[in-house]
Amino acid sequence: MRTVYLDNNATTQVASEVFEAMIPYFLHLYGNPSSMHSFGGQVAAKIQEAREEVAALIGASAEEIIFTSCGTESDNSAVRSALASNPDKRHIVTSRVEHPAIKVLSSQLAKQGYSVTELPVDAEGHLDMDIYKKSLTKDTAIVSLMWANNETGVIFPVEEAAEIARDRKIPFHTDAVQAVGKIPINMSKNQIDMLSISGHKLHAPKGIGVLYVRRGTKFSPFLIGGHQENERRGGTENTPVIIGLGKACEMARINMEIENTKVKTLRDRLESELLDRIPDSRVNGDRLMRLPNTTNISFEGVEGEAILLMMNEFGICASSGSACTSGSLQPSHVLRAMGVPFTMAHGSIRFSLSIYNTDEDIDLVIEKLPPIIENLRKMSPCWKAGLNSC
Amino acid sequence: MWNYTEKVKDHFLNPRNVGELENPDGVADVGSIACGDMLKLTFKLDENKRIKDAKFKTFGCASAIAAASALTEMIKGMTVEEAEELTNKDIANYLGGLPEAKMHCSVLGRQALEKAIQYYKGIPVEKPEEKIICECFGVTDHEIDRAVRENNLQTVEDVTNYTKAGGGCGNCHDAIQEIIDRVRSEEQPYKKPRLTNIEKIKLIEETIEREIRPMLKHDGGDIELIDVIGNRVLVAKRGSCALCSASEQTMKNVVEPKLRELVSPDLTVEEVPQ
Repeated sequence: MRTVYLDNNATTQVASEVFEAMIPYFLHLYGNPSSMHSFGGQVAAKIQEAREEVAALIGASAEEIIFTSCGTESDNSAVRSALASNPDKRHIVTSRVEHPAIKVLSSQLAKQGYSVTELPVDAEGHLDMDIYKKSLTKDTAIVSLMWANNETGVIFPVEEAAEIARDRKIPFHTDAVQAVGKIPINMSKNQIDMLSISGHKLHAPKGIGVLYVRRGTKFSPFLIGGHQENERRGGTENTPVIIGLGKACEMARINMEIENTKVKTLRDRLESELLDRIPDSRVNGDRLMRLPNTTNISFEGVEGEAILLMMNEFGICASSGSACTSGSLQPSHVLRAMGVPFTMAHGSIRFSLSIYNTDEDIDLVIEKLPPIIENLRKMSPCWKAGLNSC
Repeated sequence: MWNYTEKVKDHFLNPRNVGELENPDGVADVGSIACGDMLKLTFKLDENKRIKDAKFKTFGCASAIAAASALTEMIKGMTVEEAEELTNKDIANYLGGLPEAKMHCSVLGRQALEKAIQYYKGIPVEKPEEKIICECFGVTDHEIDRAVRENNLQTVEDVTNYTKAGGGCGNCHDAIQEIIDRVRSEEQPYKKPRLTNIEKIKLIEETIEREIRPMLKHDGGDIELIDVIGNRVLVAKRGSCALCSASEQTMKNVVEPKLRELVSPDLTVEEVPQ
């Protein structure tokens, strides 16, 4: 059975060019980049090239790039660094729709005595910038707001938010894991102090992340014990995968246009066809200020896990914000924060595309999903044809 | 991805008895949309008061659908009295087991059956003495108590897996723990330990007499058992042991290992002044 992979916000296929670029560094070019001999030194040179590729993708300088193990490490490092660098300040500003890497960290910090403001979002998934401005105080040590939401794709105006924070001399971090490679980012034109990237969301392997730290930003390392990454992240470099990430960033720079043309067109067709063919369905989140590859659609009266497993029978991969798939008993915190009714939140499906998707992929979903929803609705005790009593 | 058994997958992809019976003898609606699963069960009896037909409608995940499908298959042909004996474990076992975090699907099935039987018998469903413990999922003390007893649940997390109680805001975790503690304290009959104290002391005496003393006597030494406090064996040195500087080594390397081997691995040997 062919796999139709529409879960690219969860993880992506490693590009074959990326894989090819890594192979020598798994095999014979295994030297330690910190070594004095040229056998290791040649690897260090290649890592520097990768660093420059990552920097080029986001309009940064190579020395502002720190390689980490994943987006979660980058997020944790950024927040903890800001707190360690401003020990007198005890307030954190974030939002109710952050990825768990920030959300769980800030809840834990709240238990340790920090005060945390989780900014609300409206029904479209947007922040209220007035509430944001009012939340900033003299005691605020860090603002962390995601660039684009992983579940809905909704984009926050982080550049504007960073300027507001800069005026108040508050460090600003953004989790840009879903945004990098999909929308243009130019760090030389904004005031963001720290930014997190994850390799496996842009066709590099899992196990590699980046924390961008603007030149001049105070930084306190999370992992200590080695001089690597200019003393900002100890631990021997994951050399082959860093080199793979460099290749992936080089490709992302070129493919960004495809993301915003071909991928966006496929996404829009998928979305509008499903809404047309399936009554009582709706898109969650603003459809304009949104990543080009993501759509989050709720089908009323059915439960997401059941939809996913039925699609799985046809090789279609997606994800859901239902309780049964969120790892807890409540539906997605993002949809709840947006005030999506429970009847809709339980039946939400996220499709996230990549440059590798085709028209045939979309055709299959458009063909298979409507009867799946219809069958599940027939089975539902609160669903009457044409008369929704859920 | 959940690790569902083949039987769960089969009942999910090919659910049996979907629908609603007209003029049912038993009917129940349990769960709610907000909680993420709902089940409507209907059954009809034949002239011998056996369940002739049963149908279900479910809003919920794969295991909720499979558990309801399994339930309808299981109760067909049962008398009402037999059906009353059905537990959530029976439903889970019928499906070859459910993931721990999905056990609440089997509990929902059992609740529907119980309520449908109450409907048939004309028993009022609301029990006034029940108290809502979990506000997020509307779970009562009675339901938690029952799940703890029937499934031998030990932790708040277990209770959440089986009833959803405590899976939301978490404010009721203390109240759930109290119910677990109460049930556990009621349910602890005296269990004879492997060794009673009396047996242990006897065995220590015998071991010293039969195994240890002959070894020590060989070198002109001896020990005497003074007391046993818990797993502490208190002994005093006699004979040449009392004078021997290596006797401490003898205690740790000979006496203690022998007692641990032959009586209990938890024992420690201590020397007390003579």
